[in-house]
Amino acid sequence: MSDETEKLKESAEESKKKFGSPIVVDQKTSSSLWFDQRELNVRYLISINRIKKFYEELSKGKVMATKCNKCGEIYFPPQSYCNKCGSNSMSWIELSGSGELLTYTIINVKPQSFSHYPDYAIGIAKMPQGVNVLAWIDGDVRSLRVGMKVRLEVKRRDPEGYLTYWIKPE
Amino acid sequence: MRRVGIIGASYTKFGERFDSNMQELAWEAFNDALKEANIEKDSVDYSIVSNMGGWSSESLPAVIVSEGLGINPKGSVRVEAACASGSAAIKLAHDIIASGQADVVLALGVEKMRESPTKTIVEYIGRAGNFMWEFENFGLTFPGYYALYATAYMSKYGAKEEDLCEVAVKNHYYGSLNEKAQFTNRITLEKCMSSPYVAWPLKLYDCSPITDGAAAVLLASENFIKEHKSEAVWISGIGYATGTANLSKRDDFSGLDAARRAALQAYAKAGINPDRPASQLDLAEVHDCFTIAEVMAYEDLGFAKKGEGIKLVKEKQTYIGGLIPVNLDGGLKAKGHPIGATGESMIAELYHQLLGKVKGGRQADIKNGRALAHNVGGTGHYAYVTILSLDRSDHA
Ligand SMILES: [Zn+2]
Repeated sequence: MSDETEKLKESAEESKKKFGSPIVVDQKTSSSLWFDQRELNVRYLISINRIKKFYEELSKGKVMATKCNKCGEIYFPPQSYCNKCGSNSMSWIELSGSGELLTYTIINVKPQSFSHYPDYAIGIAKMPQGVNVLAWIDGDVRSLRVGMKVRLEVKRRDPEGYLTYWIKPE
Repeated sequence: MRRVGIIGASYTKFGERFDSNMQELAWEAFNDALKEANIEKDSVDYSIVSNMGGWSSESLPAVIVSEGLGINPKGSVRVEAACASGSAAIKLAHDIIASGQADVVLALGVEKMRESPTKTIVEYIGRAGNFMWEFENFGLTFPGYYALYATAYMSKYGAKEEDLCEVAVKNHYYGSLNEKAQFTNRITLEKCMSSPYVAWPLKLYDCSPITDGAAAVLLASENFIKEHKSEAVWISGIGYATGTANLSKRDDFSGLDAARRAALQAYAKAGINPDRPASQLDLAEVHDCFTIAEVMAYEDLGFAKKGEGIKLVKEKQTYIGGLIPVNLDGGLKAKGHPIGATGESMIAELYHQLLGKVKGGRQADIKNGRALAHNVGGTGHYAYVTILSLDRSDHA
């Protein structure tokens, strides 16, 4: 819960005791607000069934894309079918070598679920295989510039402790 | 296809509307539009409610709105095209009337973003891309998506953060003349430049705010307009396109491909020369969710050549009296950006501008009788360009 919500909750609890209803008053507008008594937590189960090999290769330190066996189209994020030619026959190829940083940003105001991280840099890299990869950048943000050479690196994301990929300046 | 006109339009005061719930906000916008159109609410054959939601408590906004406006049992639906939901509602309302299935359709956008705390809203909008490959692992935010464009644009064309801030200064200036705007304060370039970074290189004053609000547009058929002798502004062309969900699947980060496509379609439909559109339009509303978005819009719409959008704002060419006035209501930046209601609020503004009804020193000179709304959903995920005209026959 954010500090903002925590304060509102305290005030709603007080209002319930005194007044009977969880009503809070907005300081700026003096408007009365009902403090929701029902909380909803959301966490999704997302199918990665048809691209499971991506995660198997990730555990070996490789970042993989898929390539259509019929028309040669390359997909990243990996896609289990080809919407260009209609084929379901795909192979896996590694995204390796020297890429080019197309653009980047530093996230200063973070979403709730990322608020435990220090400010992080996100970039998009064009890989020699012809597809782009969006990821966090592992490196000194002051040295970043559009067009610089980068490569991909796989390592654990803490504190969650799961494997993911980074863009790393060369 | 039948011609479709707008016979009434309104938007509520935008801002932190803790004073009103969703139905009350919708009613505020609808009741004003209805009075302006001078029709009974029973005339409404169908309604389209644009709302993004997630941050607000109502899961079925279209039925909440229908009940609240007292237009049951007329059919309704909720549409979502992210920040362009309102223009999607206008397009569908137009198509239903043009095809002869209804005579009067209400497009109503409403958003109660402030029912959730800021961090939750940042979370929701950050998910407005490709969830698994952009948000889940990398925590992108809405300012972050546009910051990726800002960095690429600045690097390619040598634009500076100061140049982007010029857009904020302009839009706050016009916001100060619009009593319905969320921000009615003027700002200096220094104020914008000294505001904290939200997603480098974008700062707080480069960003549109979190907004509650509603906007209503009543559209009607040519027959209905003739019968009721209504004062109307006509829809002369709507262009639309989508861009990839995942930003990394794009090649160019200096403009929005979907917006360029939508503009060309709209120009073709409305008979506007795509090489010199500004000379045939009196003003435009463009989607300035971030300052960089307004600069790219100038170029995507053909008001400026690639890389010269910055010049347009620096030379004050998008103020009244310039090449083409843009966002005379303060834009998303100062008027506010209640996601699902933004599109209808742009159309409501242009409707009043074309009819010469705007007060407070921000009325554009109406010479061509044509205006354009550019409404982008997400980061060029959806794009709608709508051209309005005082001339009924103005249609290619
Ligand atoms: Zn294929």
